[in-house]
Amino acid sequence: MNAGQSRYGYVFVSGYTLLLLAFGLLPTLYAIYLAFTRNGAFVGFDNFVRVFGDYRFLPAVAHVALYVVYWLVSLIIFVVILALIVHAVRVRWLGNAARFLFYIPGAIAGASSVLLWLFVLDPSVSPVSALLKSMGYDSLVSVVAVGNLPVVFTVIAFWAGAGGWIVIMYGALNNISGDIMEAARIDGAGPVQTAWHIQLPMLTKWISYMGIMSLAAGTQLFVEPKILAQATKNVVPEDYSLNQLAYLYAFRQNDFSGSAAISIVLLVVALGLSTIFIFRGRLFDSE
Amino acid sequence: MSQQSSSRRRVTRLMSVAAAAAAGLLVLSGCSPAASGGDSNSEYGFTPAEQVKDSEITVWVDASREPAVTAFEKKYPDIKIKYETYDGSAGGSGSFQSKITLMDQAGEGWPDVVFSTQQNDAIWASKQTANGEQGFAAPLNKGFLDQDFLDGFAKGSLDYATIDGTTYALRNDLAQTVFYYNQALLDQFGYDVPTTWEEYGELGDKLAAEHPGYILGSMGDSFMTYVYYGGSESPVFQSPESGVFHSDTADKNSEGISKIIDGMLANGTLVQDSFFSADFAAKYADKLVGVPGPVWYTGAIFQGGLKTPAGQIGVAPALKWDGGEVAAGNVGGGEWYASSHSKNLDAVKTFLEFVTSADEFQVDASSGYPAYTTAASKWLDKQAEAKYFVNDDFTTVMTDAATQIWDGWNVTSWSPETAWAKIVIPGIAAGKTVESLLPEWQKELENEATVNGYTVK
Repeated sequence: MNAGQSRYGYVFVSGYTLLLLAFGLLPTLYAIYLAFTRNGAFVGFDNFVRVFGDYRFLPAVAHVALYVVYWLVSLIIFVVILALIVHAVRVRWLGNAARFLFYIPGAIAGASSVLLWLFVLDPSVSPVSALLKSMGYDSLVSVVAVGNLPVVFTVIAFWAGAGGWIVIMYGALNNISGDIMEAARIDGAGPVQTAWHIQLPMLTKWISYMGIMSLAAGTQLFVEPKILAQATKNVVPEDYSLNQLAYLYAFRQNDFSGSAAISIVLLVVALGLSTIFIFRGRLFDSE
Repeated sequence: MSQQSSSRRRVTRLMSVAAAAAAGLLVLSGCSPAASGGDSNSEYGFTPAEQVKDSEITVWVDASREPAVTAFEKKYPDIKIKYETYDGSAGGSGSFQSKITLMDQAGEGWPDVVFSTQQNDAIWASKQTANGEQGFAAPLNKGFLDQDFLDGFAKGSLDYATIDGTTYALRNDLAQTVFYYNQALLDQFGYDVPTTWEEYGELGDKLAAEHPGYILGSMGDSFMTYVYYGGSESPVFQSPESGVFHSDTADKNSEGISKIIDGMLANGTLVQDSFFSADFAAKYADKLVGVPGPVWYTGAIFQGGLKTPAGQIGVAPALKWDGGEVAAGNVGGGEWYASSHSKNLDAVKTFLEFVTSADEFQVDASSGYPAYTTAASKWLDKQAEAKYFVNDDFTTVMTDAATQIWDGWNVTSWSPETAWAKIVIPGIAAGKTVESLLPEWQKELENEATVNGYTVK
């Protein structure tokens, strides 16, 4: 890289850096300030204590935790399997078509994809109402019962988000040197053995990357329950997830400090879990 | 003046955030809110924003109130008006409050007029904001609107939005409950119109046994809490004094009405589909034998959703307990709010007077029973002319019910509908009885009261 190129490098990252400062770092600092103060006065951990004592807090933690577990496990397992299958398909047009199909739902932005799912989940208008009814669900209220929500949100999130990751994993698989794959074949490894002993270990980094990004998105669960709450007139509770609770604190109770405290808790938890992924997945190791 | 100080404070805050970040410090000092409320000595009882003559006004309405804006545009083509549709805070969603709180925080962007389906918004909208600015809702009876005009509203109809003598919103329609019945079906089956809750339950048993498939109502909407619990004088949602909340789901009336509901859910005469669900009309249009409900069912359910032709439906007084007095529930009845930050109060005044009292909306296009008395009598005349109801005394029944609303059901800063939606609707969908859910429902109501700063007594 010569001097001219590196100068362009700075130009390219500058936009991102500015936006990161404006919409990432500064709001975080402001939230930290709010979380430890009330009406401008330093109050230590008071805001946290108040939020932890709220009867809605622990259920919201449990809801989000359960959803994140369902979502991460299903995402990691199915995305890897699907990527391996698509990669193993030798017919070129079929592989391309499959990747394209997986990717399409991801092109629909968050809120509108939930709206679409509202129709799928309501047995009175759903194209798969026969399936829902055979499972014993004959109304939207019974489909979105609180116990079903982690699965419902996982399905929605997987449908909307998995395609992009499958494409990325596919790219990662393409990156594995043909020599290694050929050596495995000569040694007599079948597709399953190749996947297990060669491809999976070489995907670890990508899988941790997917884990971190999805974890961050998962703990911030908001749009899905918010829209379902609106659509079902609060049968899906408006305080289902932590972010919804933070929203209620800020805009219903006019308590921005409490809202910031919840956000900081989310940040700390997501950072902690991401650290595990980073070290276990050796994300920052250089080769 | 308040406008200026608000923007100065905003700039101060922005600058202090930037300074803190630059220095890597978290000590901000410019953020503490100064306590400067509205100047209540002004001409209107609040501090108006600097007026911009003929400026555009923004109105928020729910879908059912869009005709109000259309009718206004037709009558006053010279007044520039922009409208946005939102959910009207239906089901206690609180959209109105959360949007306004965000604008309070930003110090700009408020709409000029807002319609809400809920009765309780004045409680928060009248309060000073967290930043010490005057509340969103403009006082209406302190000089802004003429007392003559305000006197035209039905007696008591402005009470929900009146706090300590200051009225913060105008009632769109009245929402007293009555009992609707389908005369054709009653004649065919040989039944009488029930007058008590006990008879309503017994009619359910008979109907289920003799004519299964016919229904006497639905539990699918969260406003049923007003119809069945408010209407049965159950002390579930009371605020005897400001800041105090009381709920007793173990009361004789609460238990009694719950048992009746449970029996009717079990025998299928109460269904769980929402009145506003996609297929309610298709499933039940010719199956609804009778139903307790607010007077706005006339337009919204019978003439609208179910498209029941004239000459079938009758209106009877609200159900009472055997040996008790008639007590009506109150199910919403929307409210119109004016913004205290509006830059064109003249247009706002014209709009408010038009939507609540002019025939073009309240009589011709609104589905509900107008709260404004002269409009109400024309609305009743219109129903009579169309011979919509089978009984000629429906006018008396409806006007009487307006005076029989039980005063033991109060408004608080949050909606009673959310707890019902969270606990009872999913509970009965999962096959539990309402009676078994009562303790959990009360717990949720009390928890909500606590987080909203109320003392539970």
